[in-house]
Amino acid sequence: MNIDSSTYTFTQKGTTGRNALIVGVIFLIVSAAGYFMNSAEFFQSYLIAYIFWLTFALGGLFYTLVNNLFGSEWNIVMRRLNEAAMYSFPLLAILFIPILFGMHDLYHWTHHEVVAEDPVLSAKAGYLNITFFIIRAVIYFSIWFLLSRILYKMSLKQDKEPHDDIILNMRRFSAPGMILFALSMTFASFDWLMSLDPHWFSTIYGLYIFAGSFLAILSFIVLVSINLRDKGILTSEITVEHYHDLGKLLFAFLIFWGYMGFSQYFLIWYANIPEETVYYLERWEHGWNVITMLLVVGHFTLPFLLLLIRASKRRLSLMKSIAIWIILMHAFDIFWLVKPNFSEGLTFSWMEATLILGIGGLFVWNFWNNITSHPVLPVGERRLKASLNFKNN
Amino acid sequence: MSEKVLAVLAEFKDPADLLHAAEKVKDQGFKKFDCHSPFPIHGMDDAMGEKRSPLGYVVGVVAVISVIGMFAFQGWTSAIDYPLVLSGKPLFSYQAYGVASWAVMVLLSAIVTVIGMMVLIGLPRFHHPLFYSENFSKKVNDDGFFVSIEADDPQFEAEKTKKFLESIGGKNIELVVPNEED
Repeated sequence: MNIDSSTYTFTQKGTTGRNALIVGVIFLIVSAAGYFMNSAEFFQSYLIAYIFWLTFALGGLFYTLVNNLFGSEWNIVMRRLNEAAMYSFPLLAILFIPILFGMHDLYHWTHHEVVAEDPVLSAKAGYLNITFFIIRAVIYFSIWFLLSRILYKMSLKQDKEPHDDIILNMRRFSAPGMILFALSMTFASFDWLMSLDPHWFSTIYGLYIFAGSFLAILSFIVLVSINLRDKGILTSEITVEHYHDLGKLLFAFLIFWGYMGFSQYFLIWYANIPEETVYYLERWEHGWNVITMLLVVGHFTLPFLLLLIRASKRRLSLMKSIAIWIILMHAFDIFWLVKPNFSEGLTFSWMEATLILGIGGLFVWNFWNNITSHPVLPVGERRLKASLNFKNN
Repeated sequence: MSEKVLAVLAEFKDPADLLHAAEKVKDQGFKKFDCHSPFPIHGMDDAMGEKRSPLGYVVGVVAVISVIGMFAFQGWTSAIDYPLVLSGKPLFSYQAYGVASWAVMVLLSAIVTVIGMMVLIGLPRFHHPLFYSENFSKKVNDDGFFVSIEADDPQFEAEKTKKFLESIGGKNIELVVPNEED
């Protein structure tokens, strides 16, 4: 893989994308065998793996929107990385189809005989029914696809014909885009995750998923930047100063994640109403407390204390380890949200691992295609120079 | 005239000049010097060779002590000193202590940050000797960029330091001495 150092375009695409595609396809085929062995377990694992990778794209979309709105300079050197991660909704829309086939295994409100006997589910049937579920999914993907496509195209157009109007247009487009994103993200997490237990409800649920998504994309950007640096790309462009700021954002959103998780827990614990507390009871008994405590310590306390120290945000090897750790914890977080709905005791399935690798292979392949097809820095951006020279004070 | 010289003051043309001057003063080995400008200048900390403030560590210690202290205090009041069952929960309901522990940690850290900053930068004080200079008093909040080297710097020798500041491009160089009225 080579890069033209003046235009920042790739002259050779390298093998990373192809390797990721091969890994993805192999693991998806292996997982498909699991479908014939135990289809219910397959769909549960598929949902975990799918939501896990979806959150990276959603986090990327949010990051792009928020960058446009705030117009900050430091992150412009990494803009192409989160744009490339964001622009994966066509792929993710296709990968959503298996969930539609697995609806009967995943969502028990899809069974008419169960709903008929259950007054709560009957009352919710106007929202929780298969037709409306599919319509909503189409709406979510349309919003995400259109937002990401328009923003990506605008950003790419800037490379060829730099014009200050584009910055302004991106900002104008991002403001209503942010509202659409917030609503679609919240309702999507209600539909796809919270309705796994259709009796239970929490209004903060969408924000909790969103907090995890943003952590995922920030860690992803750290990993990709360091990976590119190892390949000799953007070594002098993305500097310690940029990693430092990524570390600060990671730190802030770790606290935000903890804040969301604790707020949800605290209100439910305090009110002590059985229809709400069942959520935490399911996640405490029969071995699940291990994962719950792992999230408290591993997803919040440990990285919080590490990132509190200035020096650790400026040491790339440590930032890399923290990023890998947070992504791993994020996977456990999604696992913890989904799995207790189906399994009383703590169990792992080999398909969770293979499907995360399988879908991840396709995601990385798509990401790598995006990255290598366009200049890796937004070369037409007026503020690029300021971003390159950025320093923390 | 046997007035005590308090510092040497030199004026520079613009922020860039001031930045370069700061580097040269630092390279010359001066320790007790300062730069004055109407607004913050990017990169000045590096140019002056300023070390990072130790305040973070002080606040860190206070934060740890206060979060543990407040947690323990709540546990002690509700489980030991005045046991009272609230909404049927156990006496030691640690879940509820997080919020107040966090809030007290933030409060005490903020107070210590402000007080610590004041102590470290030498505030409050009512007057600074540099304001004996009329030129400095008039310009420093408007369009003047100054370097001052204080007399208690080990390398300080009034005439030599004056020459040095001249050699790095300083204008309107003056020795700061107390006013006649004092």
